[in-house]
Amino acid sequence: MEELLFDLGFVLTHYNYWMFVVLMMTGLYITVSYGNLVKKIVGLNIFQTAVFLFYVSTGKIVGGTAPILTDDPDAVYSNPLPHVLILTAIVVGIATTALALALVVRIRETYGTVEEDEIIALEHEMDAAIGGER
Amino acid sequence: MLAMIEANLPALQVVLPMLAAPICAVLGRGTRSWTLTMAVVVLTFAVSVSLFIATLDGATISYRMGNWAPPFGIEYRVDILNAFVLMVVSGIALFILPYARASIAFEISEERQPLFYSAFLLCLTGLLGVTITGDAFNIFVFLEISSLSTYALIATGAERNKRALTAAYNYLIMGTVGATFFVIGIGMLYMVTGTLNLADLAQRIVEHGDSSTLRMGFVFILIGVGLKLAMFPLHLWLPNAYSFAPSAVTAFIAATATKVAIYVLLRFMFTVFGFDYDFQAATLRHVVLPLAIVAMFAASIVAVFQDDLKRMLAYSSIAQVGYMLLGLALLSHTGLMASVIHLFNHAVTKGALFMVAGCYIFAAGTSSISGLRGIGRDMPWTTAAFVTAGLSLIGLPLTVGFVSKWYLVLAALELNWWPVALLIMASSLLAIVYIWRVVETAYLQPSPEGVVRKEAPLWMLLPTWGLAALSVFFGTYAALTTAAASRAATALISASNMLWQ
Repeated sequence: MEELLFDLGFVLTHYNYWMFVVLMMTGLYITVSYGNLVKKIVGLNIFQTAVFLFYVSTGKIVGGTAPILTDDPDAVYSNPLPHVLILTAIVVGIATTALALALVVRIRETYGTVEEDEIIALEHEMDAAIGGER
Repeated sequence: MLAMIEANLPALQVVLPMLAAPICAVLGRGTRSWTLTMAVVVLTFAVSVSLFIATLDGATISYRMGNWAPPFGIEYRVDILNAFVLMVVSGIALFILPYARASIAFEISEERQPLFYSAFLLCLTGLLGVTITGDAFNIFVFLEISSLSTYALIATGAERNKRALTAAYNYLIMGTVGATFFVIGIGMLYMVTGTLNLADLAQRIVEHGDSSTLRMGFVFILIGVGLKLAMFPLHLWLPNAYSFAPSAVTAFIAATATKVAIYVLLRFMFTVFGFDYDFQAATLRHVVLPLAIVAMFAASIVAVFQDDLKRMLAYSSIAQVGYMLLGLALLSHTGLMASVIHLFNHAVTKGALFMVAGCYIFAAGTSSISGLRGIGRDMPWTTAAFVTAGLSLIGLPLTVGFVSKWYLVLAALELNWWPVALLIMASSLLAIVYIWRVVETAYLQPSPEGVVRKEAPLWMLLPTWGLAALSVFFGTYAALTTAAASRAATALISASNMLWQ
């Protein structure tokens, strides 16, 4: 019966990946479905954070400590490389967020709104105005 | 001194524009920052040419960044394929910059120009870095350097049309999703192999064999890079971004950014995953190949109905990316060769066409096709360049477009897939339709009354003609590019065959 449904043990031992999947999907859903430009960026950040957690959790070794050299020769260390990679990815993420927010500020200044549907309506009006001149 | 420079050429290729970028930002005046950028671009091109010459005989240059030995340190690995792409990218920059001088002065206000050139140099740094590095995570970092600066460059078009802002925003959202997918893919490869060095990855993937993690990694990388290179259903950011960016920016990113993404795809598919990886071969045949063919037709048909010249060329770019993907999806030596040749040819042709569009905007203030009535008589040289590059886009003999389509058709016929060969020729007919529309409007329709249009300035015309002439030159002396592309294809295939067998 248990095999028919799903392998509960497998699900439980890989719970970090399930959390990654849930967070990633939440982020992607917000990015795609929300019309508010700022909320899209929030979604993008959740999406990226999910990936950071994914990387960090792959570097974890059961019973491992922080990778700092100690006198104990039997010490087990977590893999530091994914952690370092994610430091770089976080910096990239911050730069992306900053640029995106700067763009949103400019869009708010020129269009007077940060709602996607209103912006699209304004752009359609612009297209219609160009078409009318001809 | 000279020996030291020679030993550090791969690093200089990236470091030169990177160091110049912040200096450029503080120079304060457009002319000064342009001069610095120009000097750096000339040096960068010289470096890439010497790297190309050094790798022409099939040699591979391995450079240890900071003297950390691979696979632990970051390795810059130059072989004939990426030396070729490096030369294309820095060569296009060399043509764009003299052109950008007048075009940017016209489209961007004086106080923003130093920042513009600084972002341009950062974009160049990113593109060159992606191409030269032999480390998977380093590719992501450079990809984001080039993408972030591209978003900023596109947004500078807002001074002429505020829609550049939303175009840049949408590109940012899609580009970041793509880059993050790419990182997930690399993370999965790292989980399987424990390494990030591309050459080391290739070896360990073979030892490891196929697994579902590896397959997921492949799919994430394909979709991530697919977003960056505007693979057909993932192309939605491209038309707006190309239409509203300043002309020089459009010409630069259309000629380089998607090409570098194609290179990343080639690198991952053939160096890392290997030519004989079954899952990849199946994906290419059953997913990428049909999508490439759909792109060739759908994007060309949409292009026929566009009124804006830049938007029309943007849709045509999506179709042309389809040809490159088709070449690599054929999974043969000739197909791969066709992809690499088309990568170069499309960079030259599309660069020239977008530069012509920029000349029209400079002289006539519009890039709408109906606004270009009779412009062929007012701007004969610019329009002649459009015709030359347009013929190359269609694929007429004696132009570069013919060479790549010839090899593409040949590759399809080698596999006895004559319907694919027919489709390639049929989609070229669509290119005739949309190029002819412009030519007809420019030459055969009367100019609107009371409109004065002068020929574009010499500094814009010369680079435009330079690229247009190259598209004829390399179409006539095709041996130069085909030899390089053939060697690159052989190198890709032989490396992966050695591993999997």
